[in-house]
Amino acid sequence: MFMFEKAIIGSRRYWTWLSCLLCVIAVGFFFYMRQLDVGLGITGMSRDVSWGLYIAQFTFFVGVAASAVMVVLPYYLHDYKQFGRITILGEFLAIAAVIMCCLFIFVDLGQPTRVLNIILYPTPWSLMFWDMISLSGYLVLNAIITLVMLTSEREEVPAPGWIKPVILLSIPWAVSIHTVTAFLYSGLPGRTFWLTAILAPRFLASAFASGPALLILFCLVLRKLTGFDAGQKAIQKLAVIVTYATVINIFFIMVEAFTVLYGRIPGDVAHIEYLYWGLDGSYHLVPWMWLSILLAIAALILLLVPAWRTSRRLLPVACVLVFLSLWLDKGLGLIVGGFVPSPLDSVTKYTPTLPEWSIVAGIWAIGALLITVFYKITLSVREEIGELAVKEHGIVSEAVRHPAATSVGTAELQQAGMSADCSGASE
Amino acid sequence: MRDRIWIIAGLLLFAVAVTAPFWSERIPAKDLTKVPNLVLPANQKQCVAPVSYMRASHMLLLLRWREDVVRRGQRRYVAFNGKVYDKSLTRTCLGCHNKEQFCDRCHTYAGVSGPYCWNCHNQPQTNVAGLGPRSMP
Amino acid sequence: MKITRKDFLRLSGLSFLAAGSMAAARAIAGRDPSAEGSSGTQAAQPVRWGMVVDLRKCQKEKGCDACIRACNSAHNIPQISDPKHQVKWIWTQSYETVFPFIQNGYAEESDAGIQVPLMCNHCASPPCVRVCPTQATWKRDDGIVMMDWHRCIGCRYCMAACPYGSRSFNWEDPRPAIAHINPDFPTRTKGVVEKCNFCEERLAEGLSPSCVEACPEKALVFGNLADANSEPRQLLRKRFAVQREPELGTGPSIYYLV
Repeated sequence: MFMFEKAIIGSRRYWTWLSCLLCVIAVGFFFYMRQLDVGLGITGMSRDVSWGLYIAQFTFFVGVAASAVMVVLPYYLHDYKQFGRITILGEFLAIAAVIMCCLFIFVDLGQPTRVLNIILYPTPWSLMFWDMISLSGYLVLNAIITLVMLTSEREEVPAPGWIKPVILLSIPWAVSIHTVTAFLYSGLPGRTFWLTAILAPRFLASAFASGPALLILFCLVLRKLTGFDAGQKAIQKLAVIVTYATVINIFFIMVEAFTVLYGRIPGDVAHIEYLYWGLDGSYHLVPWMWLSILLAIAALILLLVPAWRTSRRLLPVACVLVFLSLWLDKGLGLIVGGFVPSPLDSVTKYTPTLPEWSIVAGIWAIGALLITVFYKITLSVREEIGELAVKEHGIVSEAVRHPAATSVGTAELQQAGMSADCSGASE
Repeated sequence: MRDRIWIIAGLLLFAVAVTAPFWSERIPAKDLTKVPNLVLPANQKQCVAPVSYMRASHMLLLLRWREDVVRRGQRRYVAFNGKVYDKSLTRTCLGCHNKEQFCDRCHTYAGVSGPYCWNCHNQPQTNVAGLGPRSMP
Repeated sequence: MKITRKDFLRLSGLSFLAAGSMAAARAIAGRDPSAEGSSGTQAAQPVRWGMVVDLRKCQKEKGCDACIRACNSAHNIPQISDPKHQVKWIWTQSYETVFPFIQNGYAEESDAGIQVPLMCNHCASPPCVRVCPTQATWKRDDGIVMMDWHRCIGCRYCMAACPYGSRSFNWEDPRPAIAHINPDFPTRTKGVVEKCNFCEERLAEGLSPSCVEACPEKALVFGNLADANSEPRQLLRKRFAVQREPELGTGPSIYYLV
C-alpha cells in the first residue's frame, strides 16, 4: 500500500547516497545514546541558554514544513496548473520536515520516556500542547494526502472527491503550525527579544522563503539526476515566491531593528546588541549574524534581477544563499539571542558541542533519507505510468532512460511516452 | 537449491540460541528453583496494608501516595486498621524495610529493573532496626 | 451475514474514532484532578505565602551565606563546579544585576555592592505555570508554585518563560555533586527542572523555610501575605519595598525592603 517496494530498487548511486546517510544517522544515534546516559550536559546548553541548537532546528524546520502551502495553495485554490506535478513533492517535504521537528524536540527532552505526559495530562493553556497537536495533525493530514494522491496517480484514476477538502484544510493548518510555534516564543513576558507581535509574521515570511528555496533545489537536483522535470514555469513561479518572501523577510528584519534601535529601551537593545555588535566581551555570534544579513542581501540581488533569477546557474546559488541566511537567522540567532543577556543581565556563551552537532546531523540525515525515499517512490510511480518525463503540463516528450530508472524496460517506457494522455497529475 | 546449506545453518543457529538458557553455564539450573530470601522488619509485624494487597499492588499504593503528597499536599494516610502513617517512601516504607534486603530481592528475582524511585528517593540514615514508621499526631 | 472488507474497515474506523474522541473530549473538558493543587489545610482564611527580604539586614557582602547553605543541605542541591550547569534555588547577586535597567544616573552610588538574595518569586500569575505542557508545575491554593519531578519531561519551557531566571535544570545526574545527602528529602534525577519550593514540606509540618530559620540577622521574613497582621505585612506597612519586574504583571510574592 505504501509502495515502499519502489524504494528498495535503485541504482548504485542511490544506494551509495542512502548508505552515507545511514552512516551519519548511526553516528548521531550513538551520540544520542550517550546523551541519554550522561544527560543533556553533553550539549553546550546552560542554565542561562537553556534552549539551543535542537530547538532552533525545530523552529527552522517547522517553517520548511509549513512552506508546502506555497505549492498547494496556488494549485488548489487558484488552479495554477503548472504546480500540478510538484504539489506532492512539497507535501512529502512537509512530512519529512515535520518528522525532523518531532525528532528535534524528542532529543531535546530531559526525560524523553515521559513525552506522552503531554497527551496523558492535556494542558490546553500551554502552547506546547497545541504545538504537538498541530504538528501531529499536519503530519497525519499530509500523510493521508500524499498516500491518496500518489495511489490515484499510480492507478491512473482521478483522486476521490473527499480528498479535496482535506487538502484545502492543510492550507490553514500549515499556517497554524508555524503560528503556534511562533506563539511559543512571543507569549513569554520575560523574553523581550521574542515578545513582539511581528514574530509570527516573520516566521511565516522566512518559512515561505526557505521552504520553496529548498523545493527549487530539490527540483533542480531531480532534473539533473533523474528524468523528472518539474517544468521551467513551475520552478520560475517558485522562484518568484521566494523573491517576494525574501523581500518581506528583510523588510520585517528592518522593521524590528528600527523599533528596537530607535526606541532605545535598554532591555530590548541588549539582545540585538549582543547578536550584531557583541556584549560584555562576547562576540562569537557577531560574524554569523552579519553573514546572515550579507547572504540575504546577496540572495535578494540575485533574485530581483530577472536575468539572474531565470539563469540555470544562478538560481540554485540564490536558493542556497536564502536557505543558509535564514538558517543562521532562525536556526541560531533567534534562540540564542532570546536568552542572552539573561534576566539577571549575564552573558553566557553558547557553543554547540560535538555530540550536539552529531545528533543534529543525524536528524538532518534522517530527513534527507525520508526525502530520498519519498521522491524515489514518487518518481518510480510516475515512471511506471509513463509520466516521468512529461515536461510541461499537457506536452508529452519521449521518455528518457536514466541511471536512476527502475527495472521498467525501455520499450514499455517509449510506448507509454508515446501514448500517454495529457492529464498530468491526477486531480 | 544452493540455499539449502544456508537454511540448515540458520536453523541450527536458531536451535542453539533458543535452547541456550538450558545449557548455558551462566545460568546454573539450581538457581532457578530459589525463591527470593526476604528479610522482614524485626520490630513491626503489620505493614500499612494487608500483605496480600501489598504483594499485588504496592506499586499502585506508592503511585497514589505520590500523587497525594506532591500534587495535593495530603501526607496523612489512615491505614485499614486505623493507624495513621506519613505517606513517605523513605520515612515510612524504608523506615521498616531495608532496601537491599527486602525490596531489591524480589525486584532482582523478578527482573524488575524498573523502579526509578531510587534515582531520587533516599534510604534513611539510621539503622532499620532502630527506626519505626513515622506516625502523625 | 456477509460483510465486505471495505465496510468492515469503515465500521471499525468509525468506532475507533468515536471511542477516541470521547476519551479526548473527557480529557480536555474535565480538569485533571491531580492538577488541583491544594495545600491540604482546611484553613478558614485564605493563605498566600510570601516573603519580605530586608536588604539592609542581609550580610552577604560580609561573606554570610547561611540561607544558601541551609537550603542546599536541606534539599540536596548539587554543588556543580561548571557555572553553566549550576543548580540554584537561593543565591545572591549584586543589586545592579538584579534590577539591571533600573540604574540610570547616580543612583548606583547608594546601591553599590548591595547583595540581593534571589529565589523563585512564587508569582501570583506565573508564566512558567502557563507554559508547562504537562502541569508538572502548577500554582497551589496557598500561593506556592510547586514542581512535580515525576511528571516533568525536561522540555525547559518553564525556564524560558520565567522572567527572573529562578529555575535550574539537571544537566547531568546530580548525586555525584552532593557531598552529604539528606535522606529526608529526595534528590532529583537528571533531566528535570527544579527551583525553590518555599520549603513546602516544612510548611506542612508547621515549620518555617530553612533559609528563614538559618538567617542570623532575621533578614528573611516569611508569612501569610493574605493575613493583614502577619509579620511580612506589618513590615510592608512600615518600609518602602520593591519587587523584581513588577510591570510584567507576574505578581511576585517576594518583596525587597530597600
